[in-house]
Amino acid sequence: MSASQAAPSQARNLHRFANPGRFLRISGTVLPWLAAIGLVLSGTGLVWGLTLSPSDWQQGDAVRIMYVHVPAAWLASFGYANLAAASIAGLVWRHPLADLAAAEISPVGAGFTAICLATGSLWGKPMWGAWWVWDARMTSVLVLFFLYLGHIALVRAFDDPQRGARAGAILALVGVVNLPIIKFSVEWWNSLHQPASITLSGAPSMSPAMLWPLLLVAVGAMFGFAALVVARTRAGVMERRIRALLLARAREGDMA
Amino acid sequence: MTHLPYILASYGITLVVVGAFCVDAWRRSGRAKRRLAALDRRGGR
Repeated sequence: MSASQAAPSQARNLHRFANPGRFLRISGTVLPWLAAIGLVLSGTGLVWGLTLSPSDWQQGDAVRIMYVHVPAAWLASFGYANLAAASIAGLVWRHPLADLAAAEISPVGAGFTAICLATGSLWGKPMWGAWWVWDARMTSVLVLFFLYLGHIALVRAFDDPQRGARAGAILALVGVVNLPIIKFSVEWWNSLHQPASITLSGAPSMSPAMLWPLLLVAVGAMFGFAALVVARTRAGVMERRIRALLLARAREGDMA
Repeated sequence: MTHLPYILASYGITLVVVGAFCVDAWRRSGRAKRRLAALDRRGGR
């Protein structure tokens, strides 16, 4: 098959899943599973982290803030990467659901970024003696929060939803440059924030008794994030259908 | 347990934010379903 034949068939496959009716059917089946898995995994991990995992020899029990702070930080970046992917799908393939998904990802991403910033501040006060410092990691996460807020505002700033989605997508793609800055900020600059304890290339520098509950919460929170975005996108699809029906009825009324 | 107020505040904020998103999604979805059903009924007449 030539490249020219492959591209339209790829686009057709993508659009097969973009049918709103099909999305509502599939997501209706998937959503309870996403929510249940997210709830069970993160609930188990949080109870484990709060009651059974050991306290830190240096930080005492304040280390337990890690079980909400770190998953929120991972989800803040993960959510933005998904926002960028949805923006590409919306800009390049004009995927009908991608714009809607992007508009629903940004409030959830902003929420998790706010959790990350608030819990980081609550962890920083007893450990560093300050609620906030203009540290590279913290500042770059604050910029991520503002990017999310900017996306939320921009998408809703136009009368024509398509123009709003396009402007939001461009902002989302420009903001992707912030993701590697967040990741590597603790290596590139002198930082109060500790470097990553878990990396893809090396063994974790953390006790397994802390690592397992952290991973449980992180995986559970990822399912929870997906469940929230799917639930919001389902509501968005139905709201769009309501607007279209009302508009059609109003036009019929005008014609009569 | 040391640093209890900081720990409780962290978990509390997380639960409130996530809970608010869950309630909002549930209410939006319920409202949209009811409006769609009402529009369908009106359209069917």
